[in-house]
Amino acid sequence: MKRVISVIVENEHGVLARVVNMFAARGYNITSLTVAPIPNSEFSRMTIMSEGDPKIFEQIVKQLYKLIPVYKVIESDDFIQKEMAMIKFPLKEVKNNLADIDAIARCYNGKISNVNDKHVVVSVVDRPDRIDNFLKAMMAKYKNLEIVRSGVSVIER
Amino acid sequence: MKMTGARIVIESLIKENVEVVFGYPGGAIMNVYDELYKQDKFKHILAKHEQGAVHMADGYARATGKVGVAFVTSGPGLTNAVTGIATAYTDSIPLVVISGQVPTTAIGTDAFQEVDAVGVTRPITKHNFLVKDVKDLAFIIKEAFYLAKSGRPGPVHIDIPKDVTVASTKFEYPEKIELKTYKPTYKGNKRAIKRAVEAIKKAKRPVFYIGGGSVLSGASDIIREIVKFTKIPSVETLMARGVLRYDCPYLLGMVGMHGTFAANMAMNDADLIISLGARFDDRVTGKIDEFAKNADIVHIDIDPSQIGKVVETKYPIVGDVKLVLEEMMPLLFDGIDTERYKEWRDILNRYQELYPLKYKDSNEVIKPQWVIQKTGEIAPEDAIISTDVGQHQMWAAQFYPFTYPRQLITSGGLGTMGFGFPAALGAKEGMKDRVVINFTGDGSIMMNIQETLVGYKYNLPVINIILNNNYLGMVRQWQTMFYEDRLSETDLSDVQPDFVKLAESMGAVGYRVSKKEEFEEALKDALEAKRVAFIDVQVDRREDVLPMVPPNSPLKNMLVFKEDK
Repeated sequence: MKRVISVIVENEHGVLARVVNMFAARGYNITSLTVAPIPNSEFSRMTIMSEGDPKIFEQIVKQLYKLIPVYKVIESDDFIQKEMAMIKFPLKEVKNNLADIDAIARCYNGKISNVNDKHVVVSVVDRPDRIDNFLKAMMAKYKNLEIVRSGVSVIER
Repeated sequence: MKMTGARIVIESLIKENVEVVFGYPGGAIMNVYDELYKQDKFKHILAKHEQGAVHMADGYARATGKVGVAFVTSGPGLTNAVTGIATAYTDSIPLVVISGQVPTTAIGTDAFQEVDAVGVTRPITKHNFLVKDVKDLAFIIKEAFYLAKSGRPGPVHIDIPKDVTVASTKFEYPEKIELKTYKPTYKGNKRAIKRAVEAIKKAKRPVFYIGGGSVLSGASDIIREIVKFTKIPSVETLMARGVLRYDCPYLLGMVGMHGTFAANMAMNDADLIISLGARFDDRVTGKIDEFAKNADIVHIDIDPSQIGKVVETKYPIVGDVKLVLEEMMPLLFDGIDTERYKEWRDILNRYQELYPLKYKDSNEVIKPQWVIQKTGEIAPEDAIISTDVGQHQMWAAQFYPFTYPRQLITSGGLGTMGFGFPAALGAKEGMKDRVVINFTGDGSIMMNIQETLVGYKYNLPVINIILNNNYLGMVRQWQTMFYEDRLSETDLSDVQPDFVKLAESMGAVGYRVSKKEEFEEALKDALEAKRVAFIDVQVDRREDVLPMVPPNSPLKNMLVFKEDK
């Protein structure tokens, strides 16, 4: 089971290493991880997507709380989840389909962000599962793609 | 007043009422040692190896209940301290370990004696700090002591770069400390406590499962009172030996891999297990799928992550064992029918009669268990007992008559060979009026025997009783039982020192014992000697620790004595 947790931590030396080490040491998975400071505070927010059964999640949350700089662990079924993905297409693959690609990207809050003489770059922002679908569709249709995913960010409703 | 970082370290320790620091100087921590030299408020004990220093601080902390403090230098000083820190971490012992570090300007350049110290100690400390600015130093030291002893205790490591010890700032030691992100729960939830009390009153086959947290929280007195009143059968983990007196009629003994038959069957057959600061370690539960299949669990622990980690817990209570029991006691005593546990007690008593702890004594060879028992008869009742790790550790835990908590000092979680002797020295430093005896093996004692010189220099007369079977006995036992007696690298008979001469060369007194009478004489002499002593007792080479739950077997599948099968 995939789940996302949001961890509010103090901005201090080594805090990212503490969190990541805890996952590694106890054999828990990190599917994706994003970190950025929370404006006007001494805290940062880490958003971690992980996989495991509910018992493992309970332990993850407790072990996170055990780390001294962890202020709060937010687990919710009611997150707004967003992820960004960028795809780089070789121009020769797609030069006759640019209108199609742009139309599909728009369905995923995206667009063609850059074109040069070699590549076309499309970026989209959406729920991780919808990003999965979008990427699957693109990969089925086009070859030699370069794909970058940002990892998920969440906020409670 | 402006002070250098080095001076701030010393002044802060004085503010914390530190009495003794165990350590070893070196380049990066020299400024701190220079300030140490200029003061006379606390003592420094110079170990022979940084591992020894940290074990001494650990033994001091375990015996006194205070925070143990150690100084080490950067690089190899710190890496040598790692085993000591990890030992304290697994057993939740409060330590503050201060290491020197290369100057901040050199960090990350692979400088001489540089190691990523906080990276190394991160998984084996409760928390650690790299001090980058002298202005943070006093606060960090305050925080380190607070973290080490509050909540679930543990070692805290402070890494101080050399230039931070030179830089100066105004010294202000915080009186109080409050951390936004760390607020341990001490008082248990009232409703949860009530529910647990009801469950105990309704149970037919309850058992108190007493762990090391009971020692750390100082809950021994109240546990004794509750057990005496409720007459509920009780078992102790290795870390909890002495919480109940050895002769308490409701104590079934130690539980787990080398626990008593009755204690393990109590866990196996219970309908309610009340865990008091224990953590369902694999050496206690045996095969986890088969563990306590008919029991509900009441789990009292100050560390929420321990609850539900290993077993499903119906009655979780987060809090300090002592405070929770203080809330529980009046509710529990009100209308409890202790007769309802009588049948259960009778069954367990029958198990105790059928399968008591025992060994077959001999007049030809000395049995190691006999040595433990004899020591228990001769030594004062309040003697502190430390152990190393292996067969002798289990025999000591099984056969020594423990009478009070903090009496047994042993590396339970990490199982660190070489722990016993330096820990005993630290305990002796903290409890000068007590006799301190370290049970050890011919394998373990060699790992930190250099600390004999510390005992000599600082007049810490610890008695080492070496149960010498010329084997790495516990591994030998497993090889015999599970590897068709292929004794791979465990026979030490051709690599033994002359312990008497070795002792004498370092200002200690040595005895070689191969007959029972000699042991009694040697121990009595050692108790008078006021010097570090080594009693090298030649014991039955092939004695096994029994009973035994084979690894990954259910508790009920104990290997018992041949004649009991």
